[in-house]
Amino acid sequence: MIKINVDMTKCQHYGMCVFEAPNVFKLNTDDKLEYTATAEDSERANVEAAVDVCPMQAIFIVD
Amino acid sequence: MTKPVVIVGASMGGLRSAEALRRFGYTGPITVIGDEPWAPYNRPPLSKEVLAGDVVSHETVAFPQRAATADVGWVLGRRVVSTDLEHNTVTTDDGEVFEYSNLIVATGLRPKRQVYPNNIHAGRHIIRTIDDAMALRAELKPGVRVVVLGAGFIGCETAATARKLGCEVTVVAPGTVPMLRPLGEELATELQRRQEAEGVRFLLKRSVADLVGESRIEGVTLDDGTELACDVFIEAIGSHPNTEWLEGSDIDITDGLLCNANLRALKTSGEAWSNVWGVGDVVRFPNSIFDEIPRRVEHWNIPSECAKYVGSAIATGEAGEVFRPIPSFWSDQFDVHILAFGLLALADRNKLVEGAIDGDCVFEYYRGDKLVGAAGIGLRSVVQGYRKVFEG
Ligand SMILES: Cc1cc2nc3c(=O)[nH]c(=O)nc-3n(C[C@H](O)[C@H](O)[C@H](O)COP(=O)(O)OP(=O)(O)OC[C@H]3O[C@@H](n4cnc5c(N)ncnc54)[C@H](O)[C@@H]3O)c2cc1C
Ligand code: SF4
Repeated sequence: MIKINVDMTKCQHYGMCVFEAPNVFKLNTDDKLEYTATAEDSERANVEAAVDVCPMQAIFIVD
Repeated sequence: MTKPVVIVGASMGGLRSAEALRRFGYTGPITVIGDEPWAPYNRPPLSKEVLAGDVVSHETVAFPQRAATADVGWVLGRRVVSTDLEHNTVTTDDGEVFEYSNLIVATGLRPKRQVYPNNIHAGRHIIRTIDDAMALRAELKPGVRVVVLGAGFIGCETAATARKLGCEVTVVAPGTVPMLRPLGEELATELQRRQEAEGVRFLLKRSVADLVGESRIEGVTLDDGTELACDVFIEAIGSHPNTEWLEGSDIDITDGLLCNANLRALKTSGEAWSNVWGVGDVVRFPNSIFDEIPRRVEHWNIPSECAKYVGSAIATGEAGEVFRPIPSFWSDQFDVHILAFGLLALADRNKLVEGAIDGDCVFEYYRGDKLVGAAGIGLRSVVQGYRKVFEG
């Protein structure tokens, strides 16, 4: 399992993360970010890619 | 011993290249040489939220380091001064020669500077590195009078941040509207209106002819002769590619490192070097999503996209399909957050397709009949939808 934390004081809901890890991140009907706080290890590469593309560098994998 | 892949430039492009090499299975040595003393860090917050904070520190902008790249050799605080592409070497400012199997050029840009008759320096700033941001932040106190020269994104973002910090801010620029080229008349005019509502003053169709002051800046003289008192002067007039270290080699460095659609650097004859690659802001490359004209694209997603492509090509030995990334950028100014895909500057017209200009809205940008970009304030799902259009 990996733990995911998004700093919601930084996030501007750009949604770039959604493309990299759609199982973890999504924009809701109000265009606000929603995400799951944990994910399977198999999602690690996708979540790392999401970390990389986040313009606000708001996503953290808590190891 | 196998020669390393040498990456010159230790910023986002350099870091992402090293990571991509490992991700695509390259197990040989990697050396990254960079002239800044810092491990790779993120630049965009330097004109925005980090500049707006109380302290600017490397920690707040450093990219996370990954286990996969723990064995990369970082040579920091040293500048590459020359290359011998025929013999596969680069030389640093202290005279050390590094041999390479593949060379990745990721040396980015530096701000253009003006030279004035009264060319004083104290109180004068640019913004590209963390050191620049630290020096500027120390001067941005409430009531300080700031003149920003240049109304591109970095100039306008810095103006907004200085204003938020309580400074009196004037933007001086030769254009008729700030950010006109990347955004088009309507959206750019609206952004100017929103900046003005927050108290930023624009002096457009003007430039700075000279500086006033003896030991430190006290003001600027505009091209119409008027004098504008200020305590801080920020130059944000565009950038210049860092390619001087490649001079003397058979390589095309007219306005950036010219690369083909496989990101291989080109000789002056047009033939490609098999082991010299370009990554990031420094590269001029064609993008067949739009046309065959090579361009530099100074957007944050480009270094990572280049790195993925080059890392994979070197690791697997296969060039794969041509490089055709979808450019994307964002900008934060006060509470306005813009997101865009495409190359908006290519457009000859644009139209509002959703929302209202004074609220959340989305614009499409066209060159002739062809959609070349989309940008929006808010309405993220709609703007994100354009990515699919360009993926084709
Ligand atoms: C203040 C600011 C705000 C920005 N905001 C945004 C934004 O909101 N949205 C957006 O899309 N983009 C933004 N950008 C652009 C984005 O940051 C760049 O696209 C990105 O940093 C480019 O990365 P790079 O690795 O290609 O080049 P750079 O980050 O320029 O890195 C090149 C590195 O190479 C080093 N170097 C140069 N010459 C040599 C040499 N001879 N030897 C050794 N090292 C050398 C340089 O010192 C530097 O560290 C912003 C840029 C700045 C400066
Ligand atoms: S990419 Fe970053 S800023 Fe954008 S929605 Fe995801 S976490 Fe938020």
